[in-house]
Amino acid sequence: MSHERDDVYEYSLDTHHDEATGKKVRQKIYLVLFVLSAITILEVGLGFKFSRVEGMKETLKWIFIVLTLAKAAGIVLYFMHLGDEKKTFRQIILGSYGVLVAYLIYICLVEASYNGSNKSGIETNYKALNEATPAPAHGHGEAHGGEHATENHEGGEHH
Amino acid sequence: MSHGHAAVNKPTGTTPWGGGISPFNISYGKMMMWFFLISDAFTFSALVTAYGYMRHKYADNWPLAGDVFTHFPYYEGHIELAYVAFMTFVLIASSVTMVLAVEAGHRMDKKGVLFWMALTIVGGLIFVGSQAWEWYHFIHGTEHGALRSVWDEDAGAWVEKVIYGANLSHNEYGHPLFADFFFFITGFHGFHVFSGVVINFIIFLMAWNGTFEKTGHYEMVEKSGLYWHFVDLVWVFVFTFFYLI
Repeated sequence: MSHERDDVYEYSLDTHHDEATGKKVRQKIYLVLFVLSAITILEVGLGFKFSRVEGMKETLKWIFIVLTLAKAAGIVLYFMHLGDEKKTFRQIILGSYGVLVAYLIYICLVEASYNGSNKSGIETNYKALNEATPAPAHGHGEAHGGEHATENHEGGEHH
Repeated sequence: MSHGHAAVNKPTGTTPWGGGISPFNISYGKMMMWFFLISDAFTFSALVTAYGYMRHKYADNWPLAGDVFTHFPYYEGHIELAYVAFMTFVLIASSVTMVLAVEAGHRMDKKGVLFWMALTIVGGLIFVGSQAWEWYHFIHGTEHGALRSVWDEDAGAWVEKVIYGANLSHNEYGHPLFADFFFFITGFHGFHVFSGVVINFIIFLMAWNGTFEKTGHYEMVEKSGLYWHFVDLVWVFVFTFFYLI
């Protein structure tokens, strides 16, 4: 196509291979499919068996996160062929994403201070009948709010 | 072109960044697709992180996915997570057919490209249909419903009411934020799947027309493939954080 500017810089399109290479590539694809399916079946099995076991919840959460990251790596490196790209390009993609998302998660864990309000209605309308008592003005009493509440005071003073 | 041809410009024996060549050895279109996907990945990461934050905050009232998504088509009983596992498998399988289409393109095998792309499109449609089906059941709720305390605008007070199913303000199964995040994240992802199906269909028609045979390469299939794999990638995370954990 003459209007494409692909003639300006030189690169190899990397878009052709012969039947022998194709066979190898397909074998790899099926191997990745097998691994991804196995991980999914394992995840569903674990969820089915242990998701209601109280003591298992925390362990299970981390198992799921690790398995998910393994699946994501399989998709990105082999299906999206990022593993076949130049090392510097791979670093640009994974590095910029990794750093910024790590920062996002850090911000959520450490700096987040929103505690909700009764005015929105969101705080209270989930309450079932037997616990339909007026909610406290602030959500500090929440079971998991402890860590965040501490951060709140720090954050508030800085602003 | 005043730039002249690359072969003329190319300085010999210099660094990859010395000019005249593509340092990453990657075409403009593919690189831009990657950059777009990163920005899209940030959007989804932000949504999933926000979900995680709220879920942690309201952990006591957060519904267990196993209690919510129990339906399976043509089956009266309840099986936890079975249908979503099926959906996940469909999407992974359609990712595989996509990468097989890319591989067929590398061999300039037009028939192969058309066959695998058609399967990819069918997989995508099955997935979008399944998502609509799941939404239907989530919105519809159970027969017995659940008693919830709901804000009554006219009375200006909280009233107890039986809620069936979920919408943006009420949720039979637990905290309303669960429903909000569910609708928004799976909806946003579903829209990506839908767009992917449309893009794949256009590329399928172009391949059928012989456009890529004229161009001499099937790189366009690779670019739409990147987008399609990304959709699969996002689902892997949605599946974990919404259904498993």
